[in-house]
Amino acid sequence: MNRPLKHVAIAALLMFLALMVNSNIVQVGQASSLRANPHNVRVLYSEYSRQRGAIVVAGQDIARSVKTHDSLKYLRTYPGGKAYAPVTGYYSIVIGASGIEQTEDPILSGSDDRLFLHRIADEITGRTPRGGSVVLTLNPRAQQAAYQGLQGVKGAAVAMDPKTGAILALATSPSYDPSLLSLHNTRAINRNYKRLLKDPTRPLSNRAISEIYPPGSLFKIVTAAAAFGTGRFTPDSTIPTPTQLRLPQTNVFLRNFGGETCGNGRTDTIADSFRISCNTAFGGLGLKIGIDTLAEQAKAFGIGSSMDIPLHVAASQFAAHANRPNTALAAIGQYDDALTPLQAAQIAAAIANDGTEMKPYLVSEVRGTNAEVLSRTKPEKLRQSVTPEVAHQVASMMELVVRAGTGTAAQIPGIAVAGKTGTAQHGLTSQHLPPQAWFVSFAPADNPRVAVAVLVEDGGSLGSDATGGAVAAPIAKSVMCAVLSC
Amino acid sequence: MTDLAPPVGAKRSGTELALIGFGLVLTMLAFTSVSAAYSSKFPSGLLSDGLGFIALAGVAHLAVRRFAPYADPVLLPAAIMLNGLGLVLIHRLDLASASRAKGAGVQAGTSAAPLQLVWTVIGILLFVAVLGIVRDHRRLESLTYTAMAVGLGLLVLPALLPASHSTVNGARIWIRFGGFSFQPGEIAKIALEVFFAGYLVRKRDVLALAGRRLVGITLPRGRDLGPVLVAWGASLLILTRESDLGSSLLFFGIFVAMLYVATERRSWLLIGLVLFVAGSLFAFHAIGHVHDRVEIWLHPLDPRTITDQSYQLAQGLFGQATGGIFGTGLGQGRPDLVPFANTDFIASTIGEELGLAGLMAVLVVYLLIVMRGLRAALGTRDDFGKLLGAGLAFGLALQVFVQVGGVTRLIPLTGLTLPFLSYGGSSLISNWILLALLIRISDAARRPVAPRPAAPDESATMAIKL
Repeated sequence: MNRPLKHVAIAALLMFLALMVNSNIVQVGQASSLRANPHNVRVLYSEYSRQRGAIVVAGQDIARSVKTHDSLKYLRTYPGGKAYAPVTGYYSIVIGASGIEQTEDPILSGSDDRLFLHRIADEITGRTPRGGSVVLTLNPRAQQAAYQGLQGVKGAAVAMDPKTGAILALATSPSYDPSLLSLHNTRAINRNYKRLLKDPTRPLSNRAISEIYPPGSLFKIVTAAAAFGTGRFTPDSTIPTPTQLRLPQTNVFLRNFGGETCGNGRTDTIADSFRISCNTAFGGLGLKIGIDTLAEQAKAFGIGSSMDIPLHVAASQFAAHANRPNTALAAIGQYDDALTPLQAAQIAAAIANDGTEMKPYLVSEVRGTNAEVLSRTKPEKLRQSVTPEVAHQVASMMELVVRAGTGTAAQIPGIAVAGKTGTAQHGLTSQHLPPQAWFVSFAPADNPRVAVAVLVEDGGSLGSDATGGAVAAPIAKSVMCAVLSC
Repeated sequence: MTDLAPPVGAKRSGTELALIGFGLVLTMLAFTSVSAAYSSKFPSGLLSDGLGFIALAGVAHLAVRRFAPYADPVLLPAAIMLNGLGLVLIHRLDLASASRAKGAGVQAGTSAAPLQLVWTVIGILLFVAVLGIVRDHRRLESLTYTAMAVGLGLLVLPALLPASHSTVNGARIWIRFGGFSFQPGEIAKIALEVFFAGYLVRKRDVLALAGRRLVGITLPRGRDLGPVLVAWGASLLILTRESDLGSSLLFFGIFVAMLYVATERRSWLLIGLVLFVAGSLFAFHAIGHVHDRVEIWLHPLDPRTITDQSYQLAQGLFGQATGGIFGTGLGQGRPDLVPFANTDFIASTIGEELGLAGLMAVLVVYLLIVMRGLRAALGTRDDFGKLLGAGLAFGLALQVFVQVGGVTRLIPLTGLTLPFLSYGGSSLISNWILLALLIRISDAARRPVAPRPAAPDESATMAIKL
């Protein structure tokens, strides 16, 4: 029986040989295609077990991963907390990622091609691959000032460097703590997420860039720029300032804020009407230059286009097809006009930067795992919104607003500030809802280093009595002061 | 060709002890490595559980020294190493599911490793008992028909019991009463191997010699086909009644191999192959779940099935691919993503965390047991011992082939356990009993020839007793 026994031994040997060859095929030959299969959940888990790169502001981590001892080896934490939440977003195993965590994921997770050499090195040394870090343009003092200023109200504040487009502050209120969603306890995440979704104040909404609000008198900047752009008007041109303006083809009358009379109730210069934010004057001016000129100027400021900074910014809108009576309303920022706070800041920044609108950006540097710079964002011109001459004309009018008009609350001793208020009615029963209070500004007026837009929903603490000047201007002032160190 | 036969007359207990020590060191290193991956603290169980396992290995070694001093020194250390590695892997998967449960905020399930340790204790005690009681394997020959009755009874029992007492995850291969469950197929396998050996020793002459020549090979007479047809029919019955593809394949394979060894007649292999192909075609077309298994095997990554039917196989393959050549390291991968990772898919756990290198090493350890077992069969001087040794060793090889082959997609997936490694009491204790028998045969093969009558009978058994 020994001969067949040897054959059995050979058969057993061949079976093991087949197993070994086959394992080589699976674990080496087909390995890369199997690893890349979209159903391979290990990819997701390995992403969570890798040390994700930090999000950095002025040398401080506002989001970073710390080692834990559960199966997801790193926990994402947010030292920046609520103040930075609209920028960092969250990174959650249950509900995915948002904000910079989402848009810069390839760098943070380490899968970006720019980190290719690092990955090779990590593979060779057996070290778990790490992610690179993302450095933001934010100014921590400005961000804190913006977030603090918005405490207790619903709203948003955006500050940018008008000369580069770098975003210095981007805050919304109320906010949320992203670490509530980056836990490793899936039940707790779901509970927290549901609570945030149910919250009527909508803390997850990024009011600065993804919501649009009627701009109200803020829009007079655009109307004035459009008028000066035609060459037929200057700040000193005289226009009618009736107590009430009858909208063409209707029996509806446009009145001033609080039913007041502008100046002498007959005529005034454009500059002075701008200073006191006279609705009938600008309604009439809008009718004179027409909806097409207004629409063209709105487009030149970027209204109507969306963009990524890299967070996605919703498109602001202008009522480009308004009929005659509604043209007057559109000219003073009512009717269908609606801006994101970032768009409002861009308009102020364009006026501050001689009419040149720079592309807003949040990421200043992308760094490798050893903090070496992989790329640095170069400021980029987005468009020429107005001519330098028109920019100077509008800027001088805005300076007047802060010096002696509706925006005196934004005055900074020793520094010339240019600004414009907006107090927009909204809703169907518009007269009864508290207004959206706006303020946009830049400073110093002669050499602008910061442009700001502040929006406070529903009048903030002042409710129906609120105006942009009373509610939003003080917040804008503290943000400007944070940047200018005053 | 006597060079393949084992050396005779040497006691190699020292070698065995050294090899056991090596296996234990590997086990403890693996355990420490798992603990380190999950916690920075010194593993608390290393002292108690580790020392317990070392003590068990010591007991097994002393039993071999006492009851089978001439046994092959490789068999026991190999089994201890596999059992130890299995315990570590099962513990590692326990940690993963505990951590997952914590992450999901739910109560963790019961840990499998402590239970497996209890089964290891029982398994090694049975190993010692079998070595102590079965002092001569030839005694088993007298139990041929008892073994048949026990083997068939155990095998058929789940099919006769109501499904609530026999079916777990679709396979009707369990005996379940209260909280206790047992898979009788593993014990039945050993009993049937004893039966096959005893039966074939008696019938080998007629099965080997009678027949007529046809196209170069001698075909058996029609009436001698009876036994192989019965084995075939029984296998198909297991398949249809109990949905147990693995056992069906295993029993038929073992029987044909033993038939070939007993008769030295290749025509039996041919007949076996024809019957196997016929049975496979029948099963593929007539049995739904066999058809599904084949489809899954052919297209494991099909998007239509990858989230349910082929999820397990696909995730296992992903795990092995992630492991690559050197593996992620113990405790560093995610083998727990594969359903039944600690039983059916423990091979993919090895592939993922210990890599291709680790899986190769484990296969080599199995191959060592198989080859040393076959060598014992080769060296033993009685026909029954040869056949039983061949059946036990080849059965082990076939089981590893079918099991690992299924997980690595060499062949369709079946439902067998990986000997010594997989979680499960019936499997573990059966394999320790199997190992005791192999060691018994190996001891007989290497024992110096005492003056005794050539024919094995009861008096010869007494003469050997020292």
